[in-house]
Amino acid sequence: MEISEFDHHTPIEGTTFFDGEMAMKGYALNKMCYSFNAAEAREAYLADPEAYFDKFKLNDEQKQACRNKNVLEMIAAGGNIYYLAKFAGIYKMNMQDIGAQQTGMSVKEFKEKLLRAGD
Amino acid sequence: MAKIIGGLTTSHIPAVGNAIAREQMQDPYWKPFFDAYPPIREWLDEHKPDVAINIYNDHGLGFFLDQMPTFAIGAAHEYVNEDEGWGLPKLPPFPGDAKLSWHIIEGMVDDEFDITSCQELAVDHGFTVPMQLFWPGLGDNPNMPRAIPISANTVQHPIPTLKRALDFGKALGKAIRSYPDDIKVVVLGTGGLSHQLDGERAGFINKEFDQMCMEKIVTDPEELTKISRHELVRQAGAQGTEFLMWMMMRGALGDKVTPLHQNYHIPISNTGAGTMLLECVE
Repeated sequence: MEISEFDHHTPIEGTTFFDGEMAMKGYALNKMCYSFNAAEAREAYLADPEAYFDKFKLNDEQKQACRNKNVLEMIAAGGNIYYLAKFAGIYKMNMQDIGAQQTGMSVKEFKEKLLRAGD
Repeated sequence: MAKIIGGLTTSHIPAVGNAIAREQMQDPYWKPFFDAYPPIREWLDEHKPDVAINIYNDHGLGFFLDQMPTFAIGAAHEYVNEDEGWGLPKLPPFPGDAKLSWHIIEGMVDDEFDITSCQELAVDHGFTVPMQLFWPGLGDNPNMPRAIPISANTVQHPIPTLKRALDFGKALGKAIRSYPDDIKVVVLGTGGLSHQLDGERAGFINKEFDQMCMEKIVTDPEELTKISRHELVRQAGAQGTEFLMWMMMRGALGDKVTPLHQNYHIPISNTGAGTMLLECVE
């Protein structure tokens, strides 16, 4: 395989570069998700999600993405996948569930896609 | 003087930790992955390293975006894992080697690497899963080494370049080899290989690229430094940037290594899983 330099500004399809701009945009959302490392925080969120959104000062786009449990919307609102994984964990969604949701596949189809990568 | 005897690579996927907790190692899905480890454990049992330098990337447990170190080195007497949000089992503390940590920190800063020292650092699956894979039983394993965690930022761009990662490893190796105590050290590069968890490209795995990386990391790691970070994301997936940990590990091993064991398996969770044992050539 040829190894070559690559233009840093060419977009990669289906991929968001989580850079400084996104890190600032998503700070409140990611900070909320980071809090979910603690079991008591997860319980407080589930008891009253709207109050929890306000506690972390989520904007309307971030709140709606969370209400929809829509990972692509959360990424567009500045979410970083490592923190979003903790949000998904609250709803018992694993990486295959998230992958299926983002690619518009069933979980079974998504898992088959992963298996095919080994062919 | 301290001696680096070899390097180990492994994926560190949380699902692996769960599979260990549930004792699913012989299940058909898991067996091709877990079967890669016994030969490496035999080598470890034979050589009994005193210290494991565990190079991993924190995934939002030890660090948040408020303060994000590019390179962080543990300088504690012990390290504990914590709940990462989905209830991984709590493990016993991992004994550290604070004296060696500070020697490494002194050596690396002297070598003009500006690092963050951590007297407390909660270690996540990136650190704990490799320890469980290589030293099953952890504290109950008589060969369990002391451990020093080193975390590199792959959470937010800009991440380090592949050249910087390899150079970091070279400085790390130099610092370790200048340590006066007669100890044996093994260096772990954990994470990868190709995977992408986020976006419409989720599920992306690149077998050809992974296999090229596994070949070049043995024979010509310098060649890999020509890969830009953007190209790494394109070829390895957004989270495939964890390959930087492998480059850091490789740099510490010196010019020549002998690959004693390797395995590549797709998929484990969403990832191409690469496992290697590289022995240092004197």
